[in-house]
Amino acid sequence: MITTTGLTKVYRSGDREVTALDGVDLHVREGEVYGVIGQSGAGKSTLIRCLNLLERPSSGTVTVAGQDLTALAGNQKRAGAALRAARSHIGMVFQHFNLLSSRTVQDNVELPLEILKVDRRERARKALELLDLVGLADKAKAYPAQLSGGQKQRVGIARALAGDPKVLLSDEATSALDPETTRSILQLLRDLNQQLGLTVVLITHEMDVVKTICDSAALMKNGRVVEQGTVAELLATPGSELARELFPVGGEPSAEGRTVVDVTFHGDAATRPVISELSRTYNVDISILGAAMDTIGGKQIGRMRIELPGPFEENVVPIGFLREQGLQVDVADVADEPSQSPAPGASSQKEGAK
Amino acid sequence: MQPLLYNACLDTFFMVWWATVWAVIGGLPLGVLLVLTERGGQLQNAVVNKVISVVVNIGRSLPFVILMIALIPFTRFVIGTSIGPSAAVVPLAIGAIPFFARLVETSVREVDGGLVEAAQSMGGGTWTIVFKVLLPQSMPSLVAGLTNTVITVISYSAMAGALGAGGLGSVAITYGQQRFDTRFMVVTVILIIVIVTAVQLIGDLAVRILSRRSSRADSPVRLLRLPRQRKQSEQITRDLTHLL
Repeated sequence: MITTTGLTKVYRSGDREVTALDGVDLHVREGEVYGVIGQSGAGKSTLIRCLNLLERPSSGTVTVAGQDLTALAGNQKRAGAALRAARSHIGMVFQHFNLLSSRTVQDNVELPLEILKVDRRERARKALELLDLVGLADKAKAYPAQLSGGQKQRVGIARALAGDPKVLLSDEATSALDPETTRSILQLLRDLNQQLGLTVVLITHEMDVVKTICDSAALMKNGRVVEQGTVAELLATPGSELARELFPVGGEPSAEGRTVVDVTFHGDAATRPVISELSRTYNVDISILGAAMDTIGGKQIGRMRIELPGPFEENVVPIGFLREQGLQVDVADVADEPSQSPAPGASSQKEGAK
Repeated sequence: MQPLLYNACLDTFFMVWWATVWAVIGGLPLGVLLVLTERGGQLQNAVVNKVISVVVNIGRSLPFVILMIALIPFTRFVIGTSIGPSAAVVPLAIGAIPFFARLVETSVREVDGGLVEAAQSMGGGTWTIVFKVLLPQSMPSLVAGLTNTVITVISYSAMAGALGAGGLGSVAITYGQQRFDTRFMVVTVILIIVIVTAVQLIGDLAVRILSRRSSRADSPVRLLRLPRQRKQSEQITRDLTHLL
């Protein structure tokens, strides 16, 4: 649905050059929720602005719904009619909502339709329908100043949907909201994704957002995409930083001379009680030091850190059993690895991206 | 005395009205262009921006009396004479256009860049951004700027009176000062104070009505704003009194 190849953005100020994007190849499938996560300054904001060419990339191409936007834009400095038409079918929601305070909620939602030159009757009908969809039908005549943050973002979403977009870009849409409102907005995005088959690209610095609704994710650092893939793919990637952040496990061994093993669950094995099978078959005592499990798309995925008695040499067979079950097993070098989250039961812990 | 003052008032209104109309016609586009052509603006264009900026600055820095005298040949060319209210509209308008243009520039620049970005993301072009975002969003501030412009034009028009434009300023000088008739002086000053205050009140009211919706109704901030602006109008009235 969205493909970027070699996307590069260099800002020049005087003789200084800042590379915001450094050869980003992004691939977003149709109908998925795709999260781009990274610290501030990692280039994710620039990236999402390049997807509808609000920022003109220095080089590279952006293709959205089969349309090469970079070719549409050509070398013109201003956005030509073709690019503007393409933009009107890419919805965008913003961290600070960006609603016009001088217009009512309904008129805000009508703005994109005015740009599309839809007639007045149809505009009103469509706007009210969209407001109903986001659960704000009763606020049509209110002004943005009279709404709460979550309601404003719902208006922002309704407005972004006015052009019947196939793609919705979300620029930190929940970062200005409290946790509960964040959940309800994410739920709304999820519902829209499923009801309308909307492809959603969202950028965020909160790992929780990715965890809650994303099918796929990319991690950005210094203008580069360091990792990307579906959540299951990321988990299956040994040493994946995103997987570790999404499913942080920690916990120190309870005593010297024990084997600490990180087990990653992805796919079918996760539905079977592997740990208790292991315990019964080999008659070993297993302690769970930490675990982060989630159910995504009906499948349990996540990671667990377990402790087996005795040094590694004594545990080769049980570890082999786990590998046979189709699990990914890494023997944790506890001494070297900084503990991600000291408390066990990390699944309930809210951790931002580090 | 009465018909004289009545006619002087009409002349003042005439000059102020037309100078204001021209200030809006000329100043609004110039102010918007100043914002659009600046670096990072919609129509980024360093040359146009610099030219407009220099012209506006020259217009702003000339004292009005000097501007009016310097413009006499131009006024003669346009109107056919340099005396009378019609002729005074020319220098008044030329003085007011850059004044209003700067106020427009400031108001429009205050509009949150995120709103422009949002309009762009919907596929809006420059036209949409100016007429659906920048101007409506800065409307209360533009009206406040217009109020200030009108009051400045009133004060300019009194100065113009000294140079043969007619109106209340000219009455105050010819009758009040030169004929030592204090009554004229007092009455014209009172009339000008009344006019300026009325303009300010109407302007404030318009601003309040326009901005009521963009902030929560009856917030305390809004009630506090009125006295501060009125003080400003008193300041201008004092300036006027000095001039006369």
